[in-house]
Amino acid sequence: MRPLTEAETRAVFEKLGRYIGENIQLLVDRPDGTYCFRLHRDRVYYVSEKLLKVAASVPRDSLVALGTCFGKFTKSQKFRLSITALDFLAPYAKFKVWVKPGSEQSFLYGNHVLKSGLGRITENTAQYQGVVVYSMADVPLGFGVAAKSTQDCRKVDPMAIVVFHQADVGEYVRNEDTLT
Amino acid sequence: MAAVRVEEVLAAAEEQEAEKRRSVTVEKELELEFDLGNLLALDRNPAPAAGLRGAGPRREALLRELARDNTQLLAARLWELPAERAGGAGGPLVAQLPEPTFRLPREKPPPRPRPPTRWEQFARLKGIRRRKRTSLVWDEEAKEWRRRWGYRRAGGDPARAWLAEVPANADPQEDQFARLRREKRERVARNELNRLRNLARAHRAGAAPAAPLHPTGHQSREELAHVARVARVSTASLGRFQPRLPKEPAEPPSRGGGKKRRFEPLLGDLAAERGRQLRLLRDMGAKKPVLDVTRAVNKQLRQEEAEAAAAKGKKQSRRGKRGRRQQRVGRSGKKSGARRQQQPQQRSAGGSGG
Repeated sequence: MRPLTEAETRAVFEKLGRYIGENIQLLVDRPDGTYCFRLHRDRVYYVSEKLLKVAASVPRDSLVALGTCFGKFTKSQKFRLSITALDFLAPYAKFKVWVKPGSEQSFLYGNHVLKSGLGRITENTAQYQGVVVYSMADVPLGFGVAAKSTQDCRKVDPMAIVVFHQADVGEYVRNEDTLT
Repeated sequence: MAAVRVEEVLAAAEEQEAEKRRSVTVEKELELEFDLGNLLALDRNPAPAAGLRGAGPRREALLRELARDNTQLLAARLWELPAERAGGAGGPLVAQLPEPTFRLPREKPPPRPRPPTRWEQFARLKGIRRRKRTSLVWDEEAKEWRRRWGYRRAGGDPARAWLAEVPANADPQEDQFARLRREKRERVARNELNRLRNLARAHRAGAAPAAPLHPTGHQSREELAHVARVARVSTASLGRFQPRLPKEPAEPPSRGGGKKRRFEPLLGDLAAERGRQLRLLRDMGAKKPVLDVTRAVNKQLRQEEAEAAAAKGKKQSRRGKRGRRQQRVGRSGKKSGARRQQQPQQRSAGGSGG
């Protein structure tokens, strides 16, 4: 377990910034406690100082996970955000997409969101912008990347993909073994 | 038929003979320089320029020929040396090489003088000079000169010492022989430790010599950084309390000389870490351009499209149902022409009316 290096921090912040923009400050600098990022076996964990001090006394080989896992660094040092970060992305998301009840199931199985399943989308969403996907009842379902800007979403045909799927809460069941 | 064949055979044989003879003599413009002590032959003839460029079988063949010729000359010279049969009549012929004249450069740099040990420094300080000891000592009991230490030493074999006096201030119960053995072991260990320490000190000092700055001031960036680091560490506290320049990065002292990759401590200063991350965020945010060109262009296009759509909508509302019917039915020239002539009149009428 170790703190992130400069390059790693930059990669993580860039990825997070695509979804929550400048609200990362609220994650880094919290009024209710000191929280920090720590790297353990290529996975980035967001953990409070109190918990970190306790976890520091666990042997490295025995430690499985601590705090909240935000994502992991792949073998080529790219940062991949995982679904376990949704709790922190959802309240601070800048661009949101609401999905109709009919195609919620489809998204939770890992499919992309089609135009026919699109309920609402934040105005001024650019193409390839990171978005958080909600159900019509404002329950966060996951996050993805906007395949079309808001303007284009209006013009495109119903079978076109509007949001690329990146992670959904169905992964808690599907990838139960590999999720930390 | 047979005669032709015989001629051929003879010609081939003659060719072979000529080749054999030719192979022994080599002609060169400039004579080669020989250093037979090193088995060295220096060929200063200019190489055929055209032949040696580029890779290929031709180049290989040329090089091989060159090598063969020079080796032939060297071998010829070696045969001229005085030789003798080694190991009797049937042994190999051994040539006696002269002293080598060509001075070969050193493979590795010369060893630098090792720094003085702690004792040597102290002795130099105090002015103690080394006294030459005699190798043999007079042994009174054996009445002869014996060596100072080692096999048959002057004081007798220490393992066979049968008496060990109890000194006046010692505990009477203590085993003196055990004490002597223990003390010897301690002495040996201490000496070994000091030897290793001296060695380590010499190794450390020799590994990173402080390179002096150039007097002219033309130093490379790395050299300056190195000298600055050495200067920083040359304080009494080894550079721990030296103030840093504004943009100089704070690096912890590396004991391995910068070989191992080091990370921040796990529970280091969390407030500082937070500060660093916020600063990083600020720098990252500042780089984003204020005007996103793509979005601006898209916006412009959308506006133009909207305007075009609005204009199209107006035109269609003016033409109305009549325009649609005429376009569908009228195919022949006369009728459509007549209607087309009528249309602008109607449109203008409609336009003035509306």
